[in-house]
Amino acid sequence: MKQSSDSPIILLLSRVISPYIMLFGLYVIFHGHYSPGGGFQGGAMLAASILLIRISAEEKVYELQFKKSFDIPLGALGVLIFLGVGLIAMLLGGNFLDYHFLPMDWMPKADVRAMGILLIEVGVGLAVMTILVAIYDNLLEDEDA
Amino acid sequence: MHWELELVLYLFLIISAVVSLYVKDLLTAVVSLSVFSFILAMLFVSMGAIDVGFTEAVIGAGVTGVLYIVLIYKTSRRSND
Repeated sequence: MKQSSDSPIILLLSRVISPYIMLFGLYVIFHGHYSPGGGFQGGAMLAASILLIRISAEEKVYELQFKKSFDIPLGALGVLIFLGVGLIAMLLGGNFLDYHFLPMDWMPKADVRAMGILLIEVGVGLAVMTILVAIYDNLLEDEDA
Repeated sequence: MHWELELVLYLFLIISAVVSLYVKDLLTAVVSLSVFSFILAMLFVSMGAIDVGFTEAVIGAGVTGVLYIVLIYKTSRRSND
Protein backbone atom coordinates (compact mmCIF):
# COMPACT_ATOMS: atom_id res chain seq x y z
CA MET A 1 0.00 0.00 0.00
CA LYS A 2 1.15 3.54 -0.59
CA GLN A 3 1.40 4.60 3.03
CA SER A 4 2.83 1.46 4.56
CA SER A 5 2.75 1.26 8.32
CA ASP A 6 5.92 2.18 10.12
CA SER A 7 5.24 -0.20 12.96
CA PRO A 8 8.14 -2.63 13.36
CA ILE A 9 5.91 -5.01 15.32
CA ILE A 10 3.56 -5.63 12.40
CA LEU A 11 6.45 -6.12 9.99
CA LEU A 12 8.27 -8.53 12.33
CA LEU A 13 5.12 -10.55 13.02
CA SER A 14 4.24 -10.94 9.36
CA ARG A 15 7.84 -11.81 8.52
CA VAL A 16 7.73 -14.60 11.11
CA ILE A 17 4.30 -15.95 10.15
CA SER A 18 4.55 -15.78 6.35
CA PRO A 19 7.07 -18.65 5.78
CA TYR A 20 4.98 -21.03 7.90
CA ILE A 21 1.83 -20.23 5.92
CA MET A 22 3.82 -20.83 2.75
CA LEU A 23 5.17 -24.17 4.02
CA PHE A 24 1.68 -25.31 4.97
CA GLY A 25 0.42 -24.27 1.54
CA LEU A 26 3.07 -26.43 -0.12
CA TYR A 27 2.08 -29.32 2.18
CA VAL A 28 -1.58 -28.90 1.18
CA ILE A 29 -0.68 -28.93 -2.53
CA PHE A 30 1.64 -31.94 -2.39
CA HIS A 31 -0.66 -34.04 -0.19
CA GLY A 32 -3.80 -33.06 -2.09
CA HIS A 33 -4.44 -36.55 -3.39
CA TYR A 34 -4.63 -38.28 -0.04
CA SER A 35 -5.89 -35.63 2.34
CA PRO A 36 -8.29 -32.67 2.20
CA GLY A 37 -7.05 -29.78 0.18
CA GLY A 38 -5.48 -29.57 -3.22
CA GLY A 39 -4.25 -27.15 -5.80
CA PHE A 40 -6.82 -24.42 -5.26
CA GLN A 41 -6.63 -24.34 -1.47
CA GLY A 42 -2.83 -24.56 -1.39
CA GLY A 43 -2.49 -21.88 -4.03
CA ALA A 44 -4.81 -19.56 -2.12
CA MET A 45 -2.70 -20.20 0.99
CA LEU A 46 0.52 -19.32 -0.85
CA ALA A 47 -1.19 -16.17 -2.12
CA ALA A 48 -2.22 -15.29 1.45
CA SER A 49 1.39 -15.55 2.64
CA ILE A 50 2.57 -13.28 -0.19
CA LEU A 51 -0.25 -10.77 0.42
CA LEU A 52 0.68 -10.65 4.12
CA ILE A 53 4.11 -9.30 3.22
CA ARG A 54 2.58 -7.00 0.58
CA ILE A 55 0.27 -5.25 3.03
CA SER A 56 2.83 -4.92 5.82
CA ALA A 57 6.04 -3.94 4.01
CA GLU A 58 6.78 -1.24 1.49
CA GLU A 59 7.19 -1.83 -2.22
CA LYS A 60 10.99 -2.04 -2.20
CA VAL A 61 10.83 -4.91 0.28
CA TYR A 62 8.06 -6.98 -1.26
CA GLU A 63 9.53 -6.73 -4.73
CA LEU A 64 12.41 -8.77 -3.31
CA GLN A 65 10.01 -11.55 -2.31
CA PHE A 66 7.86 -11.83 -5.42
CA LYS A 67 8.20 -9.42 -8.31
CA LYS A 68 5.12 -7.68 -9.69
CA SER A 69 6.13 -8.48 -13.26
CA PHE A 70 6.15 -12.25 -12.53
CA ASP A 71 2.39 -12.37 -11.80
CA ILE A 72 0.84 -12.88 -15.21
CA PRO A 73 3.66 -14.96 -16.83
CA LEU A 74 3.69 -17.46 -13.95
CA GLY A 75 -0.13 -17.65 -14.01
CA ALA A 76 0.00 -18.42 -17.71
CA LEU A 77 2.66 -21.06 -16.98
CA GLY A 78 0.32 -22.73 -14.48
CA VAL A 79 -2.50 -22.85 -17.01
CA LEU A 80 -0.06 -24.22 -19.60
CA ILE A 81 1.01 -27.03 -17.22
CA PHE A 82 -2.65 -28.02 -16.78
CA LEU A 83 -3.41 -27.85 -20.51
CA GLY A 84 -0.13 -29.54 -21.46
CA VAL A 85 -0.68 -32.58 -19.23
CA GLY A 86 -4.19 -32.93 -20.61
CA LEU A 87 -3.13 -32.58 -24.22
CA ILE A 88 -0.15 -34.96 -23.90
CA ALA A 89 -2.49 -37.65 -22.60
CA MET A 90 -4.87 -36.90 -25.46
CA LEU A 91 -2.15 -37.04 -28.13
CA LEU A 92 -0.92 -40.42 -26.84
CA GLY A 93 -4.28 -42.07 -27.36
CA GLY A 94 -6.38 -41.40 -24.27
CA ASN A 95 -9.03 -38.93 -23.29
CA PHE A 96 -8.27 -35.39 -22.10
CA LEU A 97 -6.50 -35.61 -18.68
CA ASP A 98 -6.36 -39.41 -18.82
CA TYR A 99 -3.22 -39.87 -16.73
CA HIS A 100 -2.89 -43.54 -17.65
CA PHE A 101 -1.40 -42.56 -21.02
CA LEU A 102 1.29 -40.17 -19.78
CA PRO A 103 4.75 -41.07 -21.18
CA MET A 104 6.37 -42.20 -17.91
CA ASP A 105 7.09 -45.87 -18.61
CA TRP A 106 9.75 -46.36 -15.94
CA MET A 107 7.21 -46.59 -13.11
CA PRO A 108 4.09 -48.69 -12.58
CA LYS A 109 0.76 -47.39 -13.85
CA ALA A 110 -0.62 -46.54 -10.41
CA ASP A 111 2.37 -44.26 -9.78
CA VAL A 112 1.91 -42.66 -13.21
CA ARG A 113 -1.66 -41.74 -12.24
CA ALA A 114 -0.46 -40.28 -8.90
CA MET A 115 2.23 -38.22 -10.66
CA GLY A 116 -0.32 -36.98 -13.19
CA ILE A 117 -2.69 -35.62 -10.57
CA LEU A 118 0.31 -34.10 -8.76
CA LEU A 119 1.35 -32.23 -11.93
CA ILE A 120 -2.20 -30.95 -12.38
CA GLU A 121 -2.29 -29.71 -8.80
CA VAL A 122 1.05 -27.93 -9.14
CA GLY A 123 -0.32 -26.15 -12.23
CA VAL A 124 -3.55 -25.18 -10.52
CA GLY A 125 -1.72 -23.97 -7.41
CA LEU A 126 0.68 -21.83 -9.43
CA ALA A 127 -2.16 -20.27 -11.42
CA VAL A 128 -4.33 -19.52 -8.36
CA MET A 129 -1.44 -18.03 -6.37
CA THR A 130 -0.24 -15.70 -9.08
CA ILE A 131 -3.69 -14.56 -10.20
CA LEU A 132 -4.76 -13.68 -6.64
CA VAL A 133 -1.54 -11.67 -6.20
CA ALA A 134 -2.10 -10.07 -9.63
CA ILE A 135 -5.57 -8.88 -8.58
CA TYR A 136 -4.02 -7.14 -5.56
CA ASP A 137 -1.27 -5.56 -7.66
CA ASN A 138 -3.70 -4.35 -10.32
CA LEU A 139 -5.92 -2.76 -7.67
CA LEU A 140 -2.98 -0.71 -6.41
CA GLU A 141 -1.50 0.00 -9.82
CA ASP A 142 -2.88 3.42 -10.73
CA GLU A 143 -2.34 4.87 -7.26
CA ASP A 144 0.96 6.47 -8.25
CA ALA A 145 -0.40 7.95 -11.47
CA MET B 1 -19.48 -32.02 17.71
CA HIS B 2 -21.51 -31.15 20.81
CA TRP B 3 -24.74 -29.44 19.94
CA GLU B 4 -24.25 -26.73 22.57
CA LEU B 5 -21.02 -25.63 20.91
CA GLU B 6 -22.67 -25.62 17.49
CA LEU B 7 -25.54 -23.53 18.87
CA VAL B 8 -23.07 -20.94 20.13
CA LEU B 9 -21.34 -20.92 16.74
CA TYR B 10 -24.65 -20.39 14.92
CA LEU B 11 -25.50 -17.55 17.31
CA PHE B 12 -22.22 -15.78 16.63
CA LEU B 13 -22.66 -16.43 12.90
CA ILE B 14 -25.98 -14.59 12.85
CA ILE B 15 -24.65 -11.79 15.06
CA SER B 16 -21.62 -11.19 12.83
CA ALA B 17 -23.76 -11.24 9.67
CA VAL B 18 -26.20 -8.68 11.09
CA VAL B 19 -23.35 -6.49 12.33
CA SER B 20 -21.62 -6.51 8.94
CA LEU B 21 -24.89 -5.54 7.24
CA TYR B 22 -25.92 -2.69 9.50
CA VAL B 23 -22.70 -1.11 10.75
CA LYS B 24 -21.77 2.33 9.36
CA ASP B 25 -18.00 2.02 9.31
CA LEU B 26 -16.89 0.00 6.28
CA LEU B 27 -13.70 -1.32 7.90
CA THR B 28 -15.75 -2.74 10.76
CA ALA B 29 -18.05 -4.36 8.21
CA VAL B 30 -15.09 -6.05 6.48
CA VAL B 31 -13.67 -7.38 9.74
CA SER B 32 -17.11 -8.64 10.75
CA LEU B 33 -17.48 -10.35 7.38
CA SER B 34 -14.13 -12.10 7.95
CA VAL B 35 -15.40 -13.29 11.32
CA PHE B 36 -18.55 -14.56 9.58
CA SER B 37 -16.44 -16.52 7.07
CA PHE B 38 -14.28 -18.04 9.77
CA ILE B 39 -17.24 -19.21 11.87
CA LEU B 40 -18.88 -20.57 8.72
CA ALA B 41 -15.68 -22.49 7.96
CA MET B 42 -15.74 -24.05 11.43
CA LEU B 43 -19.38 -25.06 10.91
CA PHE B 44 -18.53 -26.62 7.53
CA VAL B 45 -15.75 -28.65 9.16
CA SER B 46 -18.07 -29.77 11.96
CA MET B 47 -20.56 -30.95 9.32
CA GLY B 48 -17.85 -33.06 7.67
CA ALA B 49 -17.12 -30.96 4.57
CA ILE B 50 -13.44 -30.40 5.28
CA ASP B 51 -12.56 -29.29 1.76
CA VAL B 52 -15.30 -26.66 1.71
CA GLY B 53 -14.31 -25.41 5.15
CA PHE B 54 -10.69 -25.17 4.06
CA THR B 55 -11.56 -23.08 1.02
CA GLU B 56 -13.92 -20.87 3.02
CA ALA B 57 -11.25 -20.19 5.67
CA VAL B 58 -8.53 -19.33 3.17
CA ILE B 59 -10.58 -17.36 0.62
CA GLY B 60 -13.33 -15.88 2.78
CA ALA B 61 -11.38 -15.01 5.88
CA GLY B 62 -8.02 -14.27 4.26
CA VAL B 63 -7.84 -13.07 0.70
CA THR B 64 -11.16 -11.27 0.24
CA GLY B 65 -10.60 -9.35 3.48
CA VAL B 66 -7.34 -7.98 2.10
CA LEU B 67 -8.96 -7.08 -1.23
CA TYR B 68 -11.90 -5.32 0.45
CA ILE B 69 -9.56 -3.29 2.66
CA VAL B 70 -7.58 -2.18 -0.39
CA LEU B 71 -10.81 -1.11 -2.08
CA ILE B 72 -11.89 0.84 1.01
CA TYR B 73 -8.63 2.75 1.02
CA LYS B 74 -8.97 3.51 -2.69
CA THR B 75 -12.51 4.89 -2.50
CA SER B 76 -14.05 7.64 -0.40
CA ARG B 77 -17.52 8.34 0.90
CA ARG B 78 -19.13 11.17 -1.01
CA SER B 79 -21.67 12.25 1.60
CA ASN B 80 -20.50 12.95 5.12
CA ASP B 81 -23.27 11.34 7.09
